[in-house]
Amino acid sequence: MFRNVAELVELAVSQHKKISEIMIEQEVSITGRSKEEVIAQMDRNLMVMEEAVERGIKGVTSHSGLTGGDAVLLQKYIEKGSFLTGETILDAVSKAVATNEVNAAMGTICATPTAGSAGVVPGTLFAVKKKLNPTREEMISFLFTAGAFGFVVANNASISGAAGGCQAEVGSAAGMAAAAIVEMAGGTPQQCAEAMAITLKNMLGLVCDPVAGLVEVPCVKRNAMGAANAMVAADMALAGITSRIPCDEVIDAMYKIGQSMPTALKETAQGGLAATPTGRQLAAKIFGMPLKEK
Amino acid sequence: MKYRSVFDIIGPVMIGPSSSHTAGAARIGRVARSLFGREPKWANISFYGSFAQTYKGHGTDVAIIGGLLDFDTDDQRIIQAIEIAKERGIKLTFIEEEAITDHPNTARVIIGDHNGELELVGVSIGGGKIEITELNGFKLKLSGNHPAILVVHNDRFGAIASVANTLAKYEINIGHMEVARKDVGKMALMTIEVDQNIDDQLINELEQLPSILKVTKIVD
Repeated sequence: MFRNVAELVELAVSQHKKISEIMIEQEVSITGRSKEEVIAQMDRNLMVMEEAVERGIKGVTSHSGLTGGDAVLLQKYIEKGSFLTGETILDAVSKAVATNEVNAAMGTICATPTAGSAGVVPGTLFAVKKKLNPTREEMISFLFTAGAFGFVVANNASISGAAGGCQAEVGSAAGMAAAAIVEMAGGTPQQCAEAMAITLKNMLGLVCDPVAGLVEVPCVKRNAMGAANAMVAADMALAGITSRIPCDEVIDAMYKIGQSMPTALKETAQGGLAATPTGRQLAAKIFGMPLKEK
Repeated sequence: MKYRSVFDIIGPVMIGPSSSHTAGAARIGRVARSLFGREPKWANISFYGSFAQTYKGHGTDVAIIGGLLDFDTDDQRIIQAIEIAKERGIKLTFIEEEAITDHPNTARVIIGDHNGELELVGVSIGGGKIEITELNGFKLKLSGNHPAILVVHNDRFGAIASVANTLAKYEINIGHMEVARKDVGKMALMTIEVDQNIDDQLINELEQLPSILKVTKIVD
């Protein structure tokens, strides 16, 4: 059983296996379920992700009216072809947004690793799919690789915004996605770890400050940028760029930053964007409450 | 390790918007329902920390009631859980607590009917995963991830051994076990997480053992 990223990479390298294979083997040995059962369950989760993206890019609106429709805007913009960045990255952003818009509308999603950060992993997967043409099996492997890195973060740091801020949610999701993209694109296990480290380093310190306590503003757009961050970091790692700070130490730094973050910035809707004049006005409007001055 | 399965990370499949505040809350409610063994007539729910601050926005209240109605995290009926509970005549009270708890996402659930009452404290630790930290005044640690047996017993020698022997006879392996008691020689609680499913015959046999007062099973 691997306890950190170094052990995970070492297991994969010494056995000449992919990270996803190590994760599948560990799941089989811990749960006592068959490999087929474990893969079938991940396939079902993948289907939930596909349905959520399909629903989101057609357009949904949340009950509060704060979010929805941005995935549609971005898809139309991509179709026009006049974008400045790249089609794959914008497609990833659009599909991450689609998933989170469905989540905000109380639709069915698969948490990766949480619901508030559920857009990043599927968003990048479905965008990279167009570029790399993976088999169904390889798409399932993508989720196991993402899961392996998330497993390390969850056990050594946190994946809860209330405990560690948004860096623990969208930060973890983006790191997981970056690692999984690298494996799908043919990178080494070590390059997966580099991509995770590069991504997470750029998410450190990100606070959880949802307006009105809703998983909408700024969560949907943080998933968008988490997906973009993951795509760029994956390309950097595939180019051979390494992180000077090892992945496990970045995860540890994330944990300690989360612990020293004030409670107002950890999913209490009391600080950051939630406490801006507009944030407070929106909260008062949604809940029909008088505006409280802090 | 708090997280054991890859599906704790890639999962659960759930109704949005928050894995900790919606899916985790539904799971806390469902464990309470499972332990109570029937639909309660009333429920008092106290929210602490981030739960207290943001439960309306996240649908934490709706989700925890969905759990009490035995709905799973991906059950669409969760969205209407409060209306469904009211239709069924269940009296609901929500309290926003100011006390600081160890983990920010904590809920205390007290449910009951004319036959009894149950009090439970649940913590939503992230990604939809929960822990039960208190049951009817006993401190415990229950992940809710495995089938589990809760045994209320008198704090006497041999009680634990007799339960373990009976489990062995049914070829059931103990994955995690904890014992808590209120005082020496008084009432105590065994929390046993197991790897196999538990049938009712085993529960009946455990209840016949000396010093054993009540046995409840929680099925995953």
